[in-house]
Amino acid sequence: MSSNGVDVGKRRFLTLTGVAAGGVGAAAAAWPFLASLAPSERAKALGAPVTVDISKLQEGQLLITTWRGSPVWIVRRSTEMLNNLKAVDSHLRDPESQEEQQPLYAQNEFRSVNPEILVMIGRCTHLGCSPSYRPDYPAEDLGADWKGGFFCPCHGSKFDLAGRVYKGVPAPLNMPVPPHRYEGDTTIVVGEDPEVA
Amino acid sequence: MGIVANPHKTTGVLGWIDDRFPLTKMWKDHVSEYYAPKNFNFWYYFGSLALLVLVNQLLTGIFLTMHYKPSADLAFGSVEYIMRDVPWGDLIRYLHSTGASAFFIVVYLHMYRGLLYGSYRKPRELIWVFGCLIYLALMAEGFFGYVLPWGQMSYWGAQVIISLFGAIPVVGEDLVIWIQGDFVPSDATLNRIFALHVIAIPFVLVGLVVAHLLALHEVGSNNPDGVEIKKDKDENGVPKDGIPFHPYYTVKDLFGVSVFLAIFLTIVFFLPEVGGLFLEKPNFQEANPAVTPEHIAPVWYFTPFYAMLRAVPDKLFGVITMFGAVLILFVLPWLDRSPVKSIRYKGPIFKIALALFTVSFVVLGWLGLQAPTEGKTLAAQVFTVIYFLFFLLMPIYSKMDKTKPEPARVTS
Repeated sequence: MSSNGVDVGKRRFLTLTGVAAGGVGAAAAAWPFLASLAPSERAKALGAPVTVDISKLQEGQLLITTWRGSPVWIVRRSTEMLNNLKAVDSHLRDPESQEEQQPLYAQNEFRSVNPEILVMIGRCTHLGCSPSYRPDYPAEDLGADWKGGFFCPCHGSKFDLAGRVYKGVPAPLNMPVPPHRYEGDTTIVVGEDPEVA
Repeated sequence: MGIVANPHKTTGVLGWIDDRFPLTKMWKDHVSEYYAPKNFNFWYYFGSLALLVLVNQLLTGIFLTMHYKPSADLAFGSVEYIMRDVPWGDLIRYLHSTGASAFFIVVYLHMYRGLLYGSYRKPRELIWVFGCLIYLALMAEGFFGYVLPWGQMSYWGAQVIISLFGAIPVVGEDLVIWIQGDFVPSDATLNRIFALHVIAIPFVLVGLVVAHLLALHEVGSNNPDGVEIKKDKDENGVPKDGIPFHPYYTVKDLFGVSVFLAIFLTIVFFLPEVGGLFLEKPNFQEANPAVTPEHIAPVWYFTPFYAMLRAVPDKLFGVITMFGAVLILFVLPWLDRSPVKSIRYKGPIFKIALALFTVSFVVLGWLGLQAPTEGKTLAAQVFTVIYFLFFLLMPIYSKMDKTKPEPARVTS
């Protein structure tokens, strides 16, 4: 147990407990530094909802607004555009919108509350670039299956006019629909769910 | 005064210092009595050139921070201010931006030298590992530096690179917000990237360079023949094929420095953007979070890995492939089972493998600059596979290859 009057067991115990206590202290000291990197109160406050007037939005037009620093797109889709959604189903990864990329009230074939009006966060689900609006078809550069939609110039991901992702592109998910609600017919509040009736 | 006189028998001011600090000892150990193989060739310029570029980056960087403002509102304007209003500001910035590309050029050539002559092999595994860490730190530094001007490419590059962490299952999304300090890349993001670029990473980088050199000087330099000069020493313990680093290689390296500077400064003075390759055109527009540039490509030194990321049609696996391509370099010393080190004595299989690897890396670099099309994505997939096979099959082909016998001494 001891050699030359030194209690080795005691030394080892003290060393280990000392190291353990110091380790806990170091971890606790690291916390404020790591936590300081999270969004500040100011950044959180800037995430408030935004109100958009869509009365002047024409058929086929895309309106860009910003919510939480992300581009939010509002598109008034024509009947032809809506009919074309069905036609591309077989080329899509998640045509039924099974993945939770939209609130429940937008989980339908048009991915919208009002079939005509698409409200969507304009970010590619691959690496967050903002895709280009390409309602034109046939488009030579986008292949034979193209019926209009969104094309990401960064890595070539393709989405249809409901933001549903094509198969065989880097983006894994449909584009997200933000929480939103209508105030009357022509005003949308982005960032808030509809009040439950 | 009762102190033991230093063994170098120096006197005067130097003697006073040597009695208290190993100045002469360090000079001898690392410079005047560091014996390097006498058969170094062209490929051996790039280590000292990397050091030169590091000094250039540190110096010009310090002066740039004196005028730059790390805020999303002011950053772009402050870079314009440096370019237009600060006396000689454009020169200092171009030295820094061209230096970044030059850093990668000399480091890629320096690493390629290692591949050619087996400089990563036992007993130099740690030199190689430290080198890979330097390369990693350099990539972080290059990326952070590119974000600072807060132009369109800065912003969207940051968006893309930070989103890579979103591919991590479960915690990914929250991790991205934590890294950004906001829901999107913003002022908070730019500010912390500035801190990392000017303090944290340079600190780590300089430390790693010291470790890289200490490890090198502990085991001694490799050479184009891949034979160990320390196996054959004269009566004084000096390797027979070794020559003191100073004056022989200091003079050789100074010649390399003058050639390098002639080329480097020509670019700095006359074509600092190199047609959008060193400084991309969209970065001359201020960051706009609502509009992505038509075509996003990273700066040229990241494009091989970027091409790999795009080649994989799955986000998580694409990210794993990209980081895997860099991390696989670390284990190279343990993949090569060839009985010889240098390409000079390796067999045809290794030479073909290295040639294919070289072509893959260059072609991937080119593909990473191009807009994605189906044909190019397919090509990127093929070359990505070749890139990985070079490493993954190395334990097999390096062992079965027909090598030539190594000479006992270096050849001249």
